[in-house]
Amino acid sequence: MTPLLQVQELRKHFQVSVPEGWRQRKANLRAVDGISFDLHAGQTLGLVGESGCGKTTTARLVLGLTEATQGQVLFNGQPVAAKRDATWRAQRQNMQMVYQNPLGALDRRLNVISQVLEPLVIHGLGDALSRVEQAQDLMASMGLPKPLWQRYPHELSGGQRQRVVLARALILKPSLLVCDEPVSALDVSIQAQVINLLQDVQERMGVAYLFISHDLKVVRQVSDQVAVMYLGHIVEQAPPQPLFSEPLHPYSQALVSSVPSLWQRSNPKRHILQGDPPSPLSLQSGCVFQNRCPHAQAICREVPPRLTPLSSERQVACHLVSEQADMPDAPLESLA
Amino acid sequence: MPLLVRLCSLWIVVVLGIALFADFISPYSYSQLDLLARLRPPAFWGGSSDHWLGTDELGRDVLSRLFHSVRISLLVAFISTLLSATVGVLMGFAAAHFRGWVEQLVLTLVDFQASMPFMIIALAVLAFFGNTLVLFIALMGFYGWERSARIARGLTIAANEQGYASAVYDLGASPWRVYLRHILPNIASTLIVSVTLTFPEVILLESGLSFLGLGVQPPMTSLGNMVGYGREYLQSAPWILLAPSLFIVVTTFSVSMLGDWLRDLLDPTLN
Amino acid sequence: MMRFLVIRFLRGLLTLFLVLSFAFLILRSTGDPAMLIMSADAPPEALEAFRKGWGLDAPLWQQYLGYFKNLAQGNFGYSMRDKSPAMDLVLARIPATLSLALPAFVLKLLIGISAGVYAALHRNTWIDRFLISLSIAGYTMPSFVLGLVLVLVFAVGLGWLPSGGDATWQHAILPVITLSLGGAAVLARFTRSAMLEVMGQSYIRTASAKGLVWRRVVLHHAMPNAAIPTLTVIGFMVGSLIAGAVVVESVFSWPGVGRLLVTSVANRDLAVVQSLLLLVATTMVSANLMVDILYGWIDPRVRSGQAAQGKKA
Repeated sequence: MTPLLQVQELRKHFQVSVPEGWRQRKANLRAVDGISFDLHAGQTLGLVGESGCGKTTTARLVLGLTEATQGQVLFNGQPVAAKRDATWRAQRQNMQMVYQNPLGALDRRLNVISQVLEPLVIHGLGDALSRVEQAQDLMASMGLPKPLWQRYPHELSGGQRQRVVLARALILKPSLLVCDEPVSALDVSIQAQVINLLQDVQERMGVAYLFISHDLKVVRQVSDQVAVMYLGHIVEQAPPQPLFSEPLHPYSQALVSSVPSLWQRSNPKRHILQGDPPSPLSLQSGCVFQNRCPHAQAICREVPPRLTPLSSERQVACHLVSEQADMPDAPLESLA
Repeated sequence: MPLLVRLCSLWIVVVLGIALFADFISPYSYSQLDLLARLRPPAFWGGSSDHWLGTDELGRDVLSRLFHSVRISLLVAFISTLLSATVGVLMGFAAAHFRGWVEQLVLTLVDFQASMPFMIIALAVLAFFGNTLVLFIALMGFYGWERSARIARGLTIAANEQGYASAVYDLGASPWRVYLRHILPNIASTLIVSVTLTFPEVILLESGLSFLGLGVQPPMTSLGNMVGYGREYLQSAPWILLAPSLFIVVTTFSVSMLGDWLRDLLDPTLN
Repeated sequence: MMRFLVIRFLRGLLTLFLVLSFAFLILRSTGDPAMLIMSADAPPEALEAFRKGWGLDAPLWQQYLGYFKNLAQGNFGYSMRDKSPAMDLVLARIPATLSLALPAFVLKLLIGISAGVYAALHRNTWIDRFLISLSIAGYTMPSFVLGLVLVLVFAVGLGWLPSGGDATWQHAILPVITLSLGGAAVLARFTRSAMLEVMGQSYIRTASAKGLVWRRVVLHHAMPNAAIPTLTVIGFMVGSLIAGAVVVESVFSWPGVGRLLVTSVANRDLAVVQSLLLLVATTMVSANLMVDILYGWIDPRVRSGQAAQGKKA
């Protein structure tokens, strides 16, 4: 079955001017540097990584909000163009985005129900009466009862606002929803509610999610597959259970070990990364992680590792792990 | 609403009424000559009740001329303010929407306008265009556009970058819809305050130019005009220039007070 | 910092260039100076001769180039009225205007700043409210009204001061006062806001919590910091002084540059208006540039801002 979303060798480089004394130096900022993944209908792909690793840029590339330097994005087999013309606007009916800051994404002056039904107006769907009905139904099903409908965004709580933003994104019944840190701005207790809601919606409407977050616990809960990003590259991809219990890439290991867990009595391997993260501006050959990797070898400095499948579900981009895969009898401990 | 602001609003209503109904409430026509009754003092200053504010050097009733002048001065000020706000907002939107060289051009023009005293620019243009009313209003329409432009540009950039406007674009809305349905209503209050504060300045500018004889030309009369022509009779018949002067001062004061109050209301952090 | 100043300087030159082109275009595109100067019923040959003599019959773009060539050579054209070099006429009147503008400037600063600081320090007392109302009255009153009222009271009514002309130093009193009060009002208002904002900042409260004498806090901490935004307003004041001079000189029949501008505009004396525009533009550009320099010098954040940026590679 064709995946809903296919991303192939996607690259996005920005030209920036770096001040250097009196003058400005032109440099290439490689925000996204050759990533590929597939997302199937009704599934959730979680994308994790530190700030600045390229997650948000990836989101924008997938939705056609930014133009890719290289590579392509296929949605339902059709390429996604970044030109904001009528075709692009029509595509919006199938793919939407949910943002981190719900208050900023809503217009202060309009009440929430009119904002929820606005996408229907924009795309000319239905008449005035049916639009209102659709909005009402959707909002009710998302835990936004009638008294809230005429309120303004600043009169709602953070969790309610995020539901409004979600409703607005879902009213067109898109098949793909890109969620960029959708719960990061919310209290932990509210986060759980919104996560549950997202899962509920996925079951009911069959929406696929590209779920971007730096919060590993949340990603673990919602994803069918998790991709770990570092400086514009995907370094490991696997379903959450195997990834979190046995991370293979040194960076994933560090990430996972940094999450305090209630279930582990002692944290046996706390991997603390040494060195500073290199700037996405610098050009260096080889693996992007070499400066902080405790296991870096000569080959790591020369050849960038490719994301290679280790099993039907797992892929890793690391020379040492791939080697390891060729020697299945050697214990994993040697990597520690 | 504090008492002072209430009084000012009342005065503004009165002035608007005068401007609208000048024809009906004037005892005489503003250009009606009466050479036998020249330079009569106002009724409370020793004159007769035929002319409440006295007459000028051609026997014309000062009160009627005053009413008519209010109408002309307000007309000029209103239209000009509207023009400058419209031009300013459009330029600001253009700068924020297209960025790049369009924005640079707009910013340079804004700088240019802000760096030269408008009076000087106005004088230079008047030398060229002459003094027809239409062209004069068009000239006044260039006063203060840079303030609206700055406001529109700043708020639009903020809305576009991480705000509600970019979200609506992502939904697939066309730029038209975003600007008209979302951005404009959101910046309206800030704009209104700025325009209310610019309005009295336009009145002052117009009366200054008319005073110098370069603004509204006879037979039309404006407040500044009356002061200018009344100047010759400063010693003999001061009421000719005092009445319009008082009007100018009280009106601009009232509008400024109202504007200040509005601004405090809408954004108390600004003061 | 240097980069910033160089950009400002170039921008200033661009402004000057724009002003001059602007002046040229609007003054020379239409309107027939020949008819104005020589009156409409002069014989056509005389009008033609006049136009030729002033170079008004050449195509527009030729006049434009010739115009700049002349400017570069220091030739600013001749006044159509009395045939003398335009710039000389203008320059001759500068001292008269300066003798009003400079005292007015000083007076503005003194009155405006002290009133503003005083009001800020006595916030919400009746003095503060009184001063605010006074300052609003000050800038909503047009200068010609103020001037005429002063004349009415002091010259006509009380007979203390003369009403026009420039014979003695007493003649200058009323014009200077008129010129300074409007700007002083604006400055007072602005200084008050700047002071209030600075005084609300935490470092002021820290200073007074440290036990420093209040007066010292005000003089050494609050006022210098409030001076920074006030400086930009002072740049505007130069502009408003020029605009004010135009009106005030007309009210008091003071033979300065402002009055010359009004009469030459009325007479469409092109060369004189141009020279005046150039003068005003140069003054404004220099004033703004100086404000920028002072700004950069006084505000340590601006000075070190560039250095910090340079170090981060």
